[in-house]
Amino acid sequence: MTEAAIMPKWQFWKTQNGIPLADRMTRFVKIVGLPFAGILVFLILWQGSASRIETSLGKFPGPVQVWQQAANLYAEHQREREKATKFYERQETRNAKKLAKNPDAALKVRAYTGKPTFFDQIFTSLYTVAFGFLVASLIAVPLGIICGLSENFYRAVNPIIQIFKPVSPLAWLPLVTMVVSAVYISEEPLLEKSFLNSAFTVTLCCLWPTVINTTVGVAGINQDLINVSRVIRLPAHKHIQKIVLPSAIPMIFTGLRLSLATGWMVLIAAEMLAQNPGLGKFIWDQFQNGSSDSLGRIMVAVVAIGFIGFMLDKLMLILQRRVSWDKKAVLR
Amino acid sequence: MSNYLDISAVGIEFKTESGAFRALQNINLKISKGEFISLIGHSGCGKSTVLNIVAGLYSASEGGVILDGREVDEPGPDRAVVFQNHALLPWLTVYDNVGLAVKQVFNRQKSKAEMNDWIEHNLKLVHMEHAMHKLPHEISGGMKQRVGIARALAMQPKVLLMDEPFGALDALTRAHLQDSLMEIQTDLNNTVIMITHDVDEAVLLSDRIVMMTNGPAASIGEILPVDLPRPRNRLELAEDSHYNHIRQQVLRFLYEKQKNPAIRAQASAPLVEPIAKESHQGNPKAA
Repeated sequence: MTEAAIMPKWQFWKTQNGIPLADRMTRFVKIVGLPFAGILVFLILWQGSASRIETSLGKFPGPVQVWQQAANLYAEHQREREKATKFYERQETRNAKKLAKNPDAALKVRAYTGKPTFFDQIFTSLYTVAFGFLVASLIAVPLGIICGLSENFYRAVNPIIQIFKPVSPLAWLPLVTMVVSAVYISEEPLLEKSFLNSAFTVTLCCLWPTVINTTVGVAGINQDLINVSRVIRLPAHKHIQKIVLPSAIPMIFTGLRLSLATGWMVLIAAEMLAQNPGLGKFIWDQFQNGSSDSLGRIMVAVVAIGFIGFMLDKLMLILQRRVSWDKKAVLR
Repeated sequence: MSNYLDISAVGIEFKTESGAFRALQNINLKISKGEFISLIGHSGCGKSTVLNIVAGLYSASEGGVILDGREVDEPGPDRAVVFQNHALLPWLTVYDNVGLAVKQVFNRQKSKAEMNDWIEHNLKLVHMEHAMHKLPHEISGGMKQRVGIARALAMQPKVLLMDEPFGALDALTRAHLQDSLMEIQTDLNNTVIMITHDVDEAVLLSDRIVMMTNGPAASIGEILPVDLPRPRNRLELAEDSHYNHIRQQVLRFLYEKQKNPAIRAQASAPLVEPIAKESHQGNPKAA
């Protein structure tokens, strides 16, 4: 018998779905209360220690200052957007007037060239990491599958993977920059060179975890399933589609998640180093600015980077859940 | 027709890091069409290796296998395998697991509707039509093995190879599946090679029992014809003196002539009574 049945009617609030109030409270504390308490303690420690750190740009920002700076950055973004709309409005009325005077007048349409705001920089970074990650995945997953299927191929490729894997992609950055500017020549470039530099640097570090994990996943397929495929004589492409990919999906995603996480970290560093647009440049610019707000603004960027990295990983988990056959698997 | 399937002078050597390991030596076996053969022997004696060579999953170091006038050199659906742990693809439903094989084997020979009928027909044969759209992890172990059998039958193999098909199941489920298999066998009269550890299972199902010697370099020790009339009923057979005589012959081969290598190794240890143990585990229906 559940407690709900025993309890008098007027005490209905004490249970819900047969779970007593006390149990629900415990669960609420566990799921919501503990993380909240953790954050609160962290904020207190942060505020306490920040006020004691004196730098040449003033005190180290505590949570309150960081929050103010976040609000400022948002306000700046709004102002910039307003300016842009006004600019386009003025341009339109000017052109309309010109047309009214002389229907054949040559019109000039210019794009607004304001300073990119914090939020513009976030989106630039997101595009860049997405592009670099996508290129890397398109190379790494098929390469990993071949490595997993053919031991000989793996033996041939493995030394190269092992040597390039530990190289910081930032070491590649100058080479990438030079190669892109030498090879990518076009009158009206579809993609900015700086964008390509950052993106390819991300690609170079996103390759390895995915290649290695895909290889391990593919090589570890249950021998019985491979035998089934041999007995019914599945052709190679069907073998990969029906047997290899579904069994290797968890490992492929482990690789992809590791790749995306390192890719995101590396991108910020690459943007700082190469002055390519994005969050990294925002941080570097603030540092060079050296105003009393700078440290607070950098801290806003730090928190934003962390939060975005966390969301990217969640996004990959959602994607994994959608493509994985095992909907009940616990994904962490 | 007496050599529909001809295994002649087959031997195999595996290369290991500590040198070559000879698993099988001079295996000769002729099987006629529609015959049900059991391979029995102690663990590690190379029963599965024989089956894998017939399946084409391993290639013999010497000798060869000829099925219906053609040499076996690669795996194929004419030698369908039922694996010990079902080997169903966990991401496909019961229907799709059988369907994957059917679509591959009868590609262009059957229309879509015919394939659908054929898949359903085979699932009905093993009494699994009620769970067609379930995933393997949603059904029991015995059911999975039924689907594994349906998948193999659906390939219309010339010879059906079963690698300890009921080894991982509990005694009652095993008995159910043995009955189902006998029922199917009366209808289809397939040629079957089955590996088993279970003496009762071998006697109940087979036309001949092939008993293997212990490895390394295992070979066929004795071949025992099982001339019990069909259909066979496990309850009636339990009392049958001829059945018990055959059973005893198998047990005698396994435990007197080919003592279990594990037991022989610890000769100083107090002697367990392997015969009594085997008859308990293998004879649940007599109780």
